[in-house]
Amino acid sequence: MIEVEGLTVRYGGVTSLDAMSLTFTDGTCGLIGPNGAGKTTFFNVLSGFVRPAAGTVRAFGVDLLSMAHFRRSRWGVRRTFQTEQAIEELSVFDNVAMVHEHSRLGRGSRRQDVLDAISFVGLDADPETKVRTLGAGQRRLVEVARAVVGRPRLVLLDEPAAGLPDQETGHLGDVIRRIPEHTGALAILVDHDMSLVSACCQTTAVLDFGKLIASGATADVLRDDAVIRAYLGVA
Amino acid sequence: MGADLGLRETPGRQAGRRRPGRPQLIRIATITVLLLFVLFGFPQLLSLYYIDTMTQVAVYSMVTLALGVLVGRVGLVSLGQIAVLAIGAWVAARLLFATTQPYPVVLLEAGLITMAAGVVIGLPALRLRGLYLALITLMFAGAITVVLATLNFPNGGHGFTGYNGSLVHIPPIRRPAIAGGDPAYFRYAVIVAILMFALVLAHTKTKPGRAWAAIRQSEPAALAAGINTTLYKLWAFALASFITGVAGGVLAGAVHYLYSIGFPTQDSITLLAVTLMGGVYSLWGAVVAALLYQFLPALLNNWGVSADWLIILFGLGVLQVLTTAPAGLADQVPRDLARLGRRLRRSAS
Repeated sequence: MIEVEGLTVRYGGVTSLDAMSLTFTDGTCGLIGPNGAGKTTFFNVLSGFVRPAAGTVRAFGVDLLSMAHFRRSRWGVRRTFQTEQAIEELSVFDNVAMVHEHSRLGRGSRRQDVLDAISFVGLDADPETKVRTLGAGQRRLVEVARAVVGRPRLVLLDEPAAGLPDQETGHLGDVIRRIPEHTGALAILVDHDMSLVSACCQTTAVLDFGKLIASGATADVLRDDAVIRAYLGVA
Repeated sequence: MGADLGLRETPGRQAGRRRPGRPQLIRIATITVLLLFVLFGFPQLLSLYYIDTMTQVAVYSMVTLALGVLVGRVGLVSLGQIAVLAIGAWVAARLLFATTQPYPVVLLEAGLITMAAGVVIGLPALRLRGLYLALITLMFAGAITVVLATLNFPNGGHGFTGYNGSLVHIPPIRRPAIAGGDPAYFRYAVIVAILMFALVLAHTKTKPGRAWAAIRQSEPAALAAGINTTLYKLWAFALASFITGVAGGVLAGAVHYLYSIGFPTQDSITLLAVTLMGGVYSLWGAVVAALLYQFLPALLNNWGVSADWLIILFGLGVLQVLTTAPAGLADQVPRDLARLGRRLRRSAS
């Protein structure tokens, strides 16, 4: 469970997150909102890249904000990036192994854990292939494999389906849906593809200009008038 | 994990075991033969002039190797490597005059002390990247040049500096007992260089290498993977300083006498240029860079051509590499030769 209390982030005069309070319970949760709503900022706070001006984040009882950024992955915070960040120079195997070797897990299970993560995301490529030779969809899967290898507790997916064709988005949706059950982690999905969010997330929260404007069961949230207004800009 | 997906034992499942395949064995055999030829063939075939030159190539291949680690592996541009080399040479010379320790021990100590200096300099510099880091390291190189001009290199004197102001009867910096002559010292330098290359290889193929690759491409991605980026950048600085320090120690024995004018600040810039030309992503690039830096001037000198032409050549070379071959000559030449070979075969058939 992730409990966010009064989280505020300011960049100069811009308030990117405005006293956000929200609890993510379990399963896969959606986080949506128009561009600039503060979704990636929220992920950056959880990853430790951005220091909030105020607020607390307790993840499974642990004060996440007091942890150094690189230690958060070791503890179990994993993420993918809006612009995919699979390491081109390394093989698929090494990309995933890299996360495992900087976790608290031992060397003994590494090979098996890495191969299991690659097979879990259904990546149809030789693990020894260099990532730079892969297509966009496959690279996204490498990133997701990195996020699920070992024992993640919180998996943050930042627009994982951006720019992917429907078929690959469908496959990615299947993978995302299975993450909580497969790894025991809580997953948070940020995406603009509402069909993907509907398909993957039991609950969804909506941000607009840094403020939380709705949260609850995904189907209800997507019918909420305030959400429709925020997205479509109707009066 | 993934038990329900019906994994098969495919070639991919072998990943991570990394047993050497046939091409890798052929490569290892080729490199071994090449090294044996360098170690035993060169002293037989080359004149003393070129043996000394090749000793310098061995020394500077370690320096360009270290710079290649910083630039190519981690993305840190340093313009202070000549100063780091000078520190290594100074420490080694001081220890060689002051003690009777075996040469390898002195090399190790020179490497470690230079490494400590590199870390002290690297720590504040790590907050900077790109142009700013380059500028800071260049200023550091300038500062070291000034300090060296005052301190001077040890010449058999006493005290901390080991310099007695004497201009005559200066004892030469000693060499190892087993490598007193130039051909033997050449072999010694090559073996030390091989060890340093092996040290870098042991890093790039393992955990630090993967961490550096991640840092170079994206620091946020590296942090999100749990990599302590400060630690690994500092590690790269430490490794590069250690190797350059050892190179300084080998240089001290090679030249017998060291002078501060032998380490001008601007040489660090030329060094970066040749390192980029050689190629920063492969270890061969370091060898190519050292050949450009030491062998080419010696060759031109022998032919009676001014080595000043090299400054122009290196300038054009860097432009060439940056525009057509970011991975340097070590990547471009074999690739173009293979392409030429394919074309010739096609036209022949």
